[in-house]
Amino acid sequence: MKKGNLTVGIFALLLLLFPLVVRSSYYQHLLIIIFIWVIIGSSWNLLAGYAGQVSFGHAIFFGVGAYTAGILVTKLGVSAWWGMLLGGFIAMAVALFVGWVCFRLRGPYFALATLAGGEIFRLIAINWESLTEGMVGILIIPTFKSKLPYYYLSFGLAAACILAIHLIMRSKWGYYFVSIREDQDAAESMGINTNRYKNIALLVSAFFTGLAGAFYMNYMGFIDPDVVFSLHYISIMAILVGIVGGVATIMGPAVGAVVMVGLQETFRSSFFGLAPQWVSEGHAIVFGLLVIFVIMFMANGIVGDWNKISRLFWRRKAVRT
Amino acid sequence: MTFFAVKNLTKSFGGLLAVNNVSFQVNEGEIFGLIGPNGSGKTTTFNCINQFFPLTSGDIIFQDQSIKGMKTHQICQLGIGRTFQVVKPLGRLSVLDNVTASAFCRVNSIKEARDVAEEVLEFTNLYGEKDKLAKSLPIGGRKRLEIARALATRPKLLLLDETAAGLTPTEVDEAIELIKKIRDSGVSILIIEHIMKLIMTISDRIHAINFGQTIAEGTPAEVANNPAVIEAYLGEEYVKGQGH
Ligand SMILES: Nc1ncnc2c1ncn2[C@@H]1O[C@H](COP(=O)(O)OP(=O)(O)OP(=O)(O)O)[C@@H](O)[C@H]1O
Ligand SMILES: [Mg+2]
Repeated sequence: MKKGNLTVGIFALLLLLFPLVVRSSYYQHLLIIIFIWVIIGSSWNLLAGYAGQVSFGHAIFFGVGAYTAGILVTKLGVSAWWGMLLGGFIAMAVALFVGWVCFRLRGPYFALATLAGGEIFRLIAINWESLTEGMVGILIIPTFKSKLPYYYLSFGLAAACILAIHLIMRSKWGYYFVSIREDQDAAESMGINTNRYKNIALLVSAFFTGLAGAFYMNYMGFIDPDVVFSLHYISIMAILVGIVGGVATIMGPAVGAVVMVGLQETFRSSFFGLAPQWVSEGHAIVFGLLVIFVIMFMANGIVGDWNKISRLFWRRKAVRT
Repeated sequence: MTFFAVKNLTKSFGGLLAVNNVSFQVNEGEIFGLIGPNGSGKTTTFNCINQFFPLTSGDIIFQDQSIKGMKTHQICQLGIGRTFQVVKPLGRLSVLDNVTASAFCRVNSIKEARDVAEEVLEFTNLYGEKDKLAKSLPIGGRKRLEIARALATRPKLLLLDETAAGLTPTEVDEAIELIKKIRDSGVSILIIEHIMKLIMTISDRIHAINFGQTIAEGTPAEVANNPAVIEAYLGEEYVKGQGH
């Protein structure tokens, strides 16, 4: 425990110092993207990893948060920063509805319902042009030229998200979430209102994901339905970040975010320009193989299976354990 | 006042009448046995009591109040705990966490919940296993975990569904002790059991059903000597044979 706290503290300190030392805006940008994914991945993990309700539709909440911020600018003429306040709450309102519909279903059926939900929201965003500008997307002028404000804000949000989930998991809510994951019938007979607590998990998860979406709008300055409501780039990526890092672990999604954003960037840039251009198309295949690998050999992800992994590298330790 | 009563309970699955017009009453402080051959509708009765499925007809009364139509978790919050015949451990949680989660039914802070859980684990003789994963427990431990989890919700009435099935003879004796200890702590018990030694020694009264219908009710001695019960358990042939 103590050792874990120290490690986290040192990492946090290094991350706070990072942009002051590494002035390259490219690397600062990468870390900002990683922080956004820490938030989405951790939120997904709360619902899927801890409460056992596997969502294939987290793009719904990310997109709603992003569009909240964007529409505040295009329709109401107020700063997109108000979206940071509102985005999380609008995402929660949407989550109430999503939960009302999807929690009638259990297990894989719930997952499929959220998948369909995500696609529905994408189509709405495409077709409701009077509100969303449709495929044209929303373009705003970012407030800051420097990456530093975005860096520290996203870092703060990611840290707050992890801390909040950490605290939730040590409370009654946390115990109830994992009980529902392990056996919903047993949970009910233990006096747990499973429907209420599944919705609570969803609401908290949607709140942080919506916040991440609103931040994304502010930071990137451009959104369109195929980006923020994307099944592939958001909903599936959220799952990958969760499972690669390790479901139902506090730091798993953070590790998953680093690995997945790193991989995505490596492919997007065709191995930083070292490989031919067509390689960038291959990332879907590599992501797929990665999922298969993780599920077969490290079902608990990098954090969950850390003992197993460290044993591979430091054989001595293996003898002791 | 009525502590607990099942009134004309009927439950059908499609065409199958699993429970047919069954009525009985459990008094406060009592151990009440429910027996019957395989498939006679005992577990279905429990599932109706804690509202796992809606009743087809009839009513369930707990402390003078009808609990028909309530949600399963509300039944537990009212004070009726249950165990499952097919145990349902929260497999990837520790034994302590299983019971702590349950204890949150009555308390809100994690400290209090853990205190309740540890006390219940002591009581059910599981304290030594508290840090093990629930799924790593052998069947005897899992059955006791079911009881511990139910007790942590502080029930007034406890429904036990075959808690001694699959146990070794020594474990059965321990189970008998535990059930008596629970009763002595002030919890009334409605118990389903196939092991005659257990049900006959601990029950104050027994209700026997067959094919979903009541065939007898009375003290253990009365029920054990009831021809309909003997017939249900040993077969018509046996009873006829006795007559010759
Ligand atoms: N969910 C269900 N759907 C359909 N039929 C069911 C269901 N649950 C039980 N039954 C049927 O109802 C009848 C009574 O089953 P029940 O489980 O109550 O028996 P039981 O007395 O508990 O038997 P056992 O001693 O074997 O546990 C059986 O014929 C069973 O197949
Ligand atoms: Mg049964």
